[in-house]
Amino acid sequence: MSINGRAYIVGAYEHPTRKAPDKSVAQLHAECARGALADAGLKKSDIDGYICAGDAPGMGPINMLDYMNLKVRYFDSTDVGGSSYIAHVAHAAQAIAMGKASVVLITLAGRPRSEGQATGTAARPGNPGIPDSPWETHFAPVTANVYAMVAARHMYEYGTTSEQLAWIKVAASHHAQYNEHAMLRNVVTVEDVVNSPMVSDPLHRLDCCVISDGGGALIVTSPEIARSLKRPLVKVKGAGEAPKGQLGGEVDLRYSGGAWSGPRAFAEAGVRPADIKYASIYDSFTITVLQQIEDMGFCERGRGGAFVSDGNLISGVGKLPFNTDGGGLCNNHPANRGGITKVIEAVRQLRGEAHPKVQVPNCDLALAHGTGGLIGSRHGSATLILERE
Amino acid sequence: MADRIIPSPVQNPESEPFYAAAKEGKFMIRRCKDCSKPHWYPRALCPFCFGDTEWEAASGEGTIYSFSPMRRAGYTIAYVTLKEGPTMLTNILGDPDKLACGLPVKLQWTVTEDGTPVPTFAA
Repeated sequence: MSINGRAYIVGAYEHPTRKAPDKSVAQLHAECARGALADAGLKKSDIDGYICAGDAPGMGPINMLDYMNLKVRYFDSTDVGGSSYIAHVAHAAQAIAMGKASVVLITLAGRPRSEGQATGTAARPGNPGIPDSPWETHFAPVTANVYAMVAARHMYEYGTTSEQLAWIKVAASHHAQYNEHAMLRNVVTVEDVVNSPMVSDPLHRLDCCVISDGGGALIVTSPEIARSLKRPLVKVKGAGEAPKGQLGGEVDLRYSGGAWSGPRAFAEAGVRPADIKYASIYDSFTITVLQQIEDMGFCERGRGGAFVSDGNLISGVGKLPFNTDGGGLCNNHPANRGGITKVIEAVRQLRGEAHPKVQVPNCDLALAHGTGGLIGSRHGSATLILERE
Repeated sequence: MADRIIPSPVQNPESEPFYAAAKEGKFMIRRCKDCSKPHWYPRALCPFCFGDTEWEAASGEGTIYSFSPMRRAGYTIAYVTLKEGPTMLTNILGDPDKLACGLPVKLQWTVTEDGTPVPTFAA
């Protein structure tokens, strides 16, 4: 039993807004849903499955289903942070393969920019019900410093440098210059990154993703319905998911859950890392990308620094074009969750609808991978392999 | 870098004995009665085999596994690997420019607002 070939992504929509103080979060979700339906050429009444995560206001999928007035026969609200939406595509494919749904809508939206969130550096309040909170919250592990510990250990273990990490941001900026919606469109240099203010040593401001409003939506459907539509066929070929935490105290920051979810996705798809023409890789920070590249098997463990250097991630220049929309580092990071935009840009690449300056020629196999939560402590990880048919 | 004021920990029934012992200056970890492995953070059930666990006194000696100073906020987050084996999330006190992965550190309690000590470390 496999989802390989059992479902297709036929609708993909990224909200153009990057700051939306005049819209509600529910409205943004619904606008994304409408956009994805229009992209697919389907009607609202065709939707019979809905999946969302913790950014959806209310209880699981319930309040958003009521807001959009959707009468579905399948729902799911698995929340593994920013990786949720990548896992959701696999869950939708499973539901479709089992005959539990035929047209599944996935939405994400949020307004952290309008709400003034200090996403990466603000300490979180303690919560005695969360089992790790009595042991950790008072030490103020925040997003930036927990990821920074992964970078610090990578540097210690493998000699990785800040300049190598900076190449990831440089590549993202080269792509973002062509994206009219991107928050940061200026091309930056390695020097710009390493000379930007230190946020949490060794991560600088330009090692961090943007804080933006916005959202996105996907429509996943059956092979029969996909073939009846006028859009290029983007097949779900393989998927994997995995959690990783502190392993009972056997903390190992050399790899993330991607080291488990990636091989599962490749096994299901029956392809190898060298076959991938384009990769969307969640870029909450530069170190996130570097570690995931190793975890996905695009290079040997510890060799990520050399692999990302000298433009190797720039479309048309390097061997592994990544995040050709500019990614979270330059384009957007709606709801502080980068998973859905990773799938959307992979779909654009497979359809040949990416910006001509960054479109990968003959892009027939793509990977979208994300981590949600904190790769330095506990997180979910999801990998998706998609094929142009 | 002025050290940040550390807030008091939130508590639940699994953590209360640890912080009660901390007030007597004792640093405790938990070990499994079935598989004999120590773990962190402390749990009633062993995270390796689901066996019952019990408290034992730990040395308070360890080495820095990884760390990151946030100089403007005035603190250094870290993972410290204890001599007994488990690695724990904590703060390192003092000058971050003198820290490195692999550096030996020792427990140095920090008393928080309500008087509860939390296990921080220093070189």
